[in-house]
Amino acid sequence: MTNTGYDKIQKKSQRSDRTRKIVTYIGLVFWAFIVLFPFYWMILTSVKTYSSYNSEYIPKFFTLSPTLQNYVDAFTAVPLAQYFLNTLIFAVITTAAMLIVIILSAFAFARLEFKGRNALFSFFLSLMMIPNELVIITNFVTITNLGLRNTFTGLILPSITSVFYIYLLKENFEQIPNELYKAAKVDGTSDLKYLFKVMIPISQPTIVTITILKVIECWNSYVWPRLITDNEAYFLVSNGIQAIRENGFGRENIPAMMAAVVVISVPLVILFLIFHKKIMAGVSRGGTKG
Amino acid sequence: MRKLRPWLYLLPAIAFLGVFMVYPLIDVMIYSMEEGYNSASQTYFGVGLYNFRYVLRDPYFIQALKNTFILVIITVPLSTGIGLLIAVALNSIQKLKDLFQTIFFLPYVTNTLAVGLVFMILFKKTAYSDGLINVLIQTFGGTGVDFIDGPYWAKMFVLCFYTVWVVLPFKILILTSALASVNEDYYKAAKIDGTSRWRIFWKITLPMISPMIFYLIITGFIGAFKAYSDAVALFGTDLNAAGMNTIVGYVYDMLYGNGGGYPSYASAAALILFAIVMTITCINLLISEKTNV
Repeated sequence: MTNTGYDKIQKKSQRSDRTRKIVTYIGLVFWAFIVLFPFYWMILTSVKTYSSYNSEYIPKFFTLSPTLQNYVDAFTAVPLAQYFLNTLIFAVITTAAMLIVIILSAFAFARLEFKGRNALFSFFLSLMMIPNELVIITNFVTITNLGLRNTFTGLILPSITSVFYIYLLKENFEQIPNELYKAAKVDGTSDLKYLFKVMIPISQPTIVTITILKVIECWNSYVWPRLITDNEAYFLVSNGIQAIRENGFGRENIPAMMAAVVVISVPLVILFLIFHKKIMAGVSRGGTKG
Repeated sequence: MRKLRPWLYLLPAIAFLGVFMVYPLIDVMIYSMEEGYNSASQTYFGVGLYNFRYVLRDPYFIQALKNTFILVIITVPLSTGIGLLIAVALNSIQKLKDLFQTIFFLPYVTNTLAVGLVFMILFKKTAYSDGLINVLIQTFGGTGVDFIDGPYWAKMFVLCFYTVWVVLPFKILILTSALASVNEDYYKAAKIDGTSRWRIFWKITLPMISPMIFYLIITGFIGAFKAYSDAVALFGTDLNAAGMNTIVGYVYDMLYGNGGGYPSYASAAALILFAIVMTITCINLLISEKTNV
């Protein structure tokens, strides 16, 4: 008697466990749908023909006659290739220059002894609290007065340093045993050689993470490029897509616009699919959006 | 020479930070006090608080202030709550967990401006189509509304929806790893005692991850107060005309663009924003310290 009672309770709890599981999965699938749907919609719209898109009062969820014409339009009617190339140049140079600057200073903070090291580092950290909006006004005036508007130099200069990445890399460098450094010193290895032969290879995972995060940041940057460029020849993709929205393609050609959106989104999505573990680990260590 | 070497390594960082962070910080305060600054001749005719008075009386700034506050008050609790719900759900499953986590993180790496356009065409009413969302509303018996050029609350709804969509990946990621790091022994002990799931959540899980929740609320407030590019993506660059400007948008409009050329007003507005953010962050920190004692 007691045995069957126990079974009943067990069964009941198993049943409620299963219901809970089903509800959980339904909820997760629902949110996955909301996340993925815009991506599906942009790809779908980008392969619809202009006339079929405009004749659908109720938008269709699929198309039987996909076309690549919109992609051709996106590259010929507006300078999308130019925007793309500009962003690539901007991202590569900014990231490379930033890596040099932060590696040198992280090394100094982590390994070299000098007066005022801790004070200077605390000062660096306190700079992290300053919002970009506060300093961008003067930077805009500085770059304008230097005559660097509509140049890559003007675009790149203010984004070359990042206190946060210096901090991240310094923490990483400090985990490398100091004995290695002392041994290298005894052997007469120079600081710079030690940095390149020992510290950078050991810290490679962190440096790769920082590189990816910075490239994403560059690819998505909008505010500074918008302030500093008004010549289309120097537009980055974010400004390019805004220009396309406001005066590209003549009549509102939404399929072509979506083709441009797909082209802009693809590099980051590929980067994410390859490095998603690294990116997520890097962001959870203290990144914030933007 | 030996003493100088460390400074040589630090020179690039110090130079860049000095020119593009420290100097602008001092300069912005000077700008905000210079009355009647003319950017063409670089002259001004007085020093005082006029710029702040002007900005606080500007109807466009009041509108931007109102929009930003509504956006903050709606999206910060909502995104934190939904993020927590999804993180708890993610942590309770084993199968497909990695797949779901990866999908949920996708919006973090996408271009806000580009994906915003997709949201725009989903919500927009045009001559030839009401847009997918309106068609859906009509099938369920509601009346459609233009979410992009229509009434204020419809526009605010899309802006909040898109903002939550954009900020959730970060919150889900942080909360999932916070939940995963709670010591299993607490749960085992509670299970032996026969504690209900609900009680376990309120008495063990929530207190254990509360530092992370406070971290997300603080960064969420800071981020939401700086909202700008999401609004541009949905409503275009002329946010004042759409009535959807934000404080940051106001700063940039004052600096550059159609109404631009007023770095003094821009500086005053940026400092007001900074003061608001600082105050709210301090209040948040005080509350989080009180609850954690």
